Amino acid sequence: MADAPQDYPTIDPTSFDVVLCGTGLPESVLAAACSAAGKTVLHVDPNPFYGSLFSSLPLPSFPSFLSSSSSDSVPSPSSTTPYAAVDLRRRSLYSEVETSGTVPEPSRRFIVDLVGPRVLYCADEAVDLLLRSGGSHHVEFKSVEGGTLLYWDGGLYTVPDSRQAIFKDTSLQLKEKNLLFRFFKLVQAHIAASAAGAEAGEGEASGKLPEEDLDLPFIEFLKKQHLSPKMRAVVLYAIAMADYDQDGADSCERLLTTKEGVKTIALYSSSIGRFANAEGAFIYPMYGHGELPQAFCRCAAVKGALYVLRMPATALLVDEEKKCYAGIRLASGQDILCQQLVLDPSYEIPSLDMTCSTPVSNSSRKVARGICIISSFVKQDLSNVLVVFPPKSLEEEQVTAVRVLQLSSNLAVCPPGMFMAYLSTPCTDTFTGKKCINKAIDVLFTTKASDDLEGHLETTSENSKEGVKPTLLWSCVYVQEITQCQGTSDTALSCPMPDENLDYRSILESTKKVQFLSILYYSCQKVGKKIWLFVEVMEPFGLFLASCQYGMISYHVHIK
Amino acid sequence: MHGRPRRPDKPEDAAAAEAKAAKLRDLQTQVLRNHHSRTYTKEALGLSFKLLEINPEAYTAWNYRKLAFQHNLGELSEPEAVKSAIDDELRVVEIALRQNPKSYGAWYHRKWLLNRKLAPVDFKREFGLLDKLLKVDARNFHGWNYRRFLARFMGVPEEEELKYTMDKISDNFSNYSAWHNRSILLSNLLGKQSKGFESKQKIFSEEFELVTQALFTDPSDQSGWFYHLWLLAQTSSPENPQLIASWPSDGAKLSLYLVWETDDEKNAPSSLSSICCYSLKEGIFPIVLYFNEPVKGLSSSSACLNSDLVVGKNIQWRPLSVTDSGHSNCWVTYLEVSNLEYSSLRQFLVEVSITNSDEIVSRSGSNYNCPMHFSFTFELSNADSTAQGSDPIHDLISWDCSESLPSHVNPSCIRFEQLKITSALVHEESNWHLERLSDEIELFRELPDDNSKFAKLTLARLLLACAAIKSRGTSLVERRGYCEEALGLFNDLIHLDPSHKRYYEDERSLVLMDQLTCDTEAFRKYCSVKVLPNLAPLNRVQLCKLSLTRIGFAERLLWVQMLDLGHNNLRSIEGLEALQQLVCLNLSNNQISSFIALEPLTKIISLKVLDLSSNEIGTHPIDTTRYIFPSPFSHKVEACEAFEECRKKNINVEEFWDAILFFKHANLVQLCLKGNAVANKENFRTLVVALNPSLKWLDGACIH
Repeated sequence: MADAPQDYPTIDPTSFDVVLCGTGLPESVLAAACSAAGKTVLHVDPNPFYGSLFSSLPLPSFPSFLSSSSSDSVPSPSSTTPYAAVDLRRRSLYSEVETSGTVPEPSRRFIVDLVGPRVLYCADEAVDLLLRSGGSHHVEFKSVEGGTLLYWDGGLYTVPDSRQAIFKDTSLQLKEKNLLFRFFKLVQAHIAASAAGAEAGEGEASGKLPEEDLDLPFIEFLKKQHLSPKMRAVVLYAIAMADYDQDGADSCERLLTTKEGVKTIALYSSSIGRFANAEGAFIYPMYGHGELPQAFCRCAAVKGALYVLRMPATALLVDEEKKCYAGIRLASGQDILCQQLVLDPSYEIPSLDMTCSTPVSNSSRKVARGICIISSFVKQDLSNVLVVFPPKSLEEEQVTAVRVLQLSSNLAVCPPGMFMAYLSTPCTDTFTGKKCINKAIDVLFTTKASDDLEGHLETTSENSKEGVKPTLLWSCVYVQEITQCQGTSDTALSCPMPDENLDYRSILESTKKVQFLSILYYSCQKVGKKIWLFVEVMEPFGLFLASCQYGMISYHVHIK
Repeated sequence: MHGRPRRPDKPEDAAAAEAKAAKLRDLQTQVLRNHHSRTYTKEALGLSFKLLEINPEAYTAWNYRKLAFQHNLGELSEPEAVKSAIDDELRVVEIALRQNPKSYGAWYHRKWLLNRKLAPVDFKREFGLLDKLLKVDARNFHGWNYRRFLARFMGVPEEEELKYTMDKISDNFSNYSAWHNRSILLSNLLGKQSKGFESKQKIFSEEFELVTQALFTDPSDQSGWFYHLWLLAQTSSPENPQLIASWPSDGAKLSLYLVWETDDEKNAPSSLSSICCYSLKEGIFPIVLYFNEPVKGLSSSSACLNSDLVVGKNIQWRPLSVTDSGHSNCWVTYLEVSNLEYSSLRQFLVEVSITNSDEIVSRSGSNYNCPMHFSFTFELSNADSTAQGSDPIHDLISWDCSESLPSHVNPSCIRFEQLKITSALVHEESNWHLERLSDEIELFRELPDDNSKFAKLTLARLLLACAAIKSRGTSLVERRGYCEEALGLFNDLIHLDPSHKRYYEDERSLVLMDQLTCDTEAFRKYCSVKVLPNLAPLNRVQLCKLSLTRIGFAERLLWVQMLDLGHNNLRSIEGLEALQQLVCLNLSNNQISSFIALEPLTKIISLKVLDLSSNEIGTHPIDTTRYIFPSPFSHKVEACEAFEECRKKNINVEEFWDAILFFKHANLVQLCLKGNAVANKENFRTLVVALNPSLKWLDGACIH
């Protein structure tokens, strides 16, 4: 895309408080936060669109994005500052890209998420953040009204997630209903008691689960509640969204504890009914997830942040004396100085301390993703719905859950009569990950011969009778690497990348850490500045934030 | 609307309330002024609207608007103008309902308007309004009432309304109103045998299925349990009333005499039930019919009597009941026998036939439909004209509770045929009922125990319903098992739910009585014949020290002449009125707390001996049975005469009115009132003696 030498704009001024490269969600949130706090912000992105690794692309530009993000940096050797330059390199995150089928025309009307399958819980932090920052004015959401389906015994089973759903479920035995609702009530009582306890200080613990139960593996707790295997699968994989097989004894660190499980259920249940016009717990942004970083960028821009797209960064400027980064060199050759640098996770930040820390080579976490265009819904009349394949449901060796999100044209991500389906599963090697994704695709869809491809727009609605699988028209399966966010308390920080989760919780958690690092950095210089964003007690940092005013949080720093 | 905690008022709220009250007072006086002066102008109507907008409960304002509407209607001729007048009123109602969706006045106003049928009703608008209201609060019973009204008004098929209740239950099954409407609609549809509703079994099976889904999902929600109780009642009781017992029983051969002559004992034919009939003294002989549920409408035509005795001229059936409703389980008629010739040779045949008649109807409106015929014979012996005048009980009868059953009397001489249940009518559907109930029992036994009182109570009722069906067959062992389990559940419930303790105790008493009397083997242990010196032997039943709190299954005791209920916890003796042979009754050491509670005894003509010692009569300063219990006892016309007489004798009527009423109707020879607070009261003893001319023994002492 940036083949011919371009006319890059010259940026003025040449010095900022914060410079961010890449417009992914974490960078955009930080840009909005920093500009709201009154900092001068420059936000650049090598791409001609917002979102970086978190963007949504028209389908025709999608394959080239997957292959081209491993950009070859063109060192531009002009130097206008006294600092030494270290070349920036970008790594490729995507591998094993495999496409099949043909994209129905008009292909530009298919909008593809890079982070799919992903949703927001109505009550999660991402929604709060949008509301608090004003980003919610720029995005519109629709609910995933079909709820969650669990693949069980070769069929799709609607997950009973409320009292009414349990009542209406005809496949459950009476005793199962009783036990399941009893379990929900127990958890609800615990959540209510915890909330009340938090409000009124500790003390009265009626309704709370005992500590020893909270430390128990969640699956053990569920067994204690006499839940049947199917109900356990419902709670573990379709409500608590566990990724790994909880029955396997070998993967101990991947075992969900009751505390974690209950936390997700609490989020899930507070999500239901938070917004009167939302059905179910999940919402999805219209036009795709790429709208979210854009919304935050707009917030930042409103507060004065400077935005330059199509502007790659080529090198970092090093202050040799202080042994820290002092700025960035852009593709235009211009050097920008700044106090704080925040980089998209595809940039590799070279370490200044040559002796010890080596470039990132953490345990390689991966996520296998699949994107499909299908001709009809997976279950009658459900336009947007989540499907979960619990471990071992596709094959004996399957150790991770596979999640599938089916989206319809009411989200403006595909033309009417078509559906998009996103799949993902965490994996350690590309082979098993892709195998799982492909298996799930085979189970859900048929790859019928292309004989009825013509005119499918008209005929699909009739084909989609109960029991008839949707036809797979186009699919793309690939593997994305997830490297840990390697922020050291330095002036150059790297943001988290899209993870294997269904929501943004852990991404925002990591973003928070990045922000705290930068707060910490600043606070050493100026204490008492106001910054909005996260209200939280951060014991490890010896930091606590309080007194929320109109979305502004004044913070105090205590360094122990 | 539901489940929202109240918050204490803030000081500024009080000021606002004060201002609102002032405004309301002002409006109210203006509206009332207009009302009195019959001012029905636009401005005046506007004022009433303003008042109702703030306070839809101002009922006078609604009535004023009704009058104004009627008045102004006279001046309107154009149908368009009428329509707009109606629309105006409807709008006022809507605005009032927005203020308070549960305003009776507003809802009635709307119904009144529609009922006048002045213009075609816009049903779309009405149902739209309802949908909106029921979305806000699905349990607003005003809304549901109005919906029923509309559905009837418009003629909406009940099937459709039934579907609507299902929709609401699917939205949220914790909805009493929806379940309730469902029960009404189903009863109607089944009653009419509408298409798809021909089979009660099928429908009820489905309903059981549905409601158990709700019960198991959330046993703590009560609405489903109430629906289940309704279903159970529909399933377990026969649709039509049935005759379950009579005295005398079918085929009985009775030998009646008034005075016992010891040397005659051997001569008494063994095939006859010799019975000393104390009502003979009054020259009458009772025939008792006992139904499984309260019925009314027994007359000489619906239950006719044929006899070679010349009695049939004017048979009058009387309900034996302490309420005034006219319904009763138990009906009695008295045969005149005073003019009969006493002769051991003469046997009289009496035939009773109850026809298939529309006259005999139960409370639910279903009529008696199993024609019944039974007959018995009796003879009168010992025509001793001198004996007729004297009283057969001379000596004090002692109740010895610890007294073991007399071994010298062969218990077999008691005729258990007498308590045979005459109605052998087996429910043609009882197999289905039994299956259905057994299934439900299995289910609820499986419901994990979380001490849900409703689960326990429902299980107990299911068990008892099952036991009741079993009693029609012969599977007594199973039956006993059911009863035992139910007893255990009631015991649990007494501890679990102490605020309804008395109810559970009463239920437990019924089960106990059922268990003790349901089969001959068990019952025999409590039955004996009491032989008293110089007195005729009496058929005796002793049910002491059983913690009974009320009487049940009186139909099995119709033949009892001497009943010992000492050392129980009886608070009520309702049901004993059916025991028309009863001569001696021991109620000592119970918890009877007033003479009102003894009202059933006033219906027993033959009762001579009554032991009430150590009860709680007069103990409680505020006695609920005395002041709240809706007994017609206290409203009798003849009461006035009795009171007048007492006043003349200087008896404190205000204090002892219930005692006066009781003794007025009693005809006792022996009475014991020791150990009651009332007995210590001044003048009480004098009162008792004065009111009971026939009384010979009071508190164990001869009074003459």
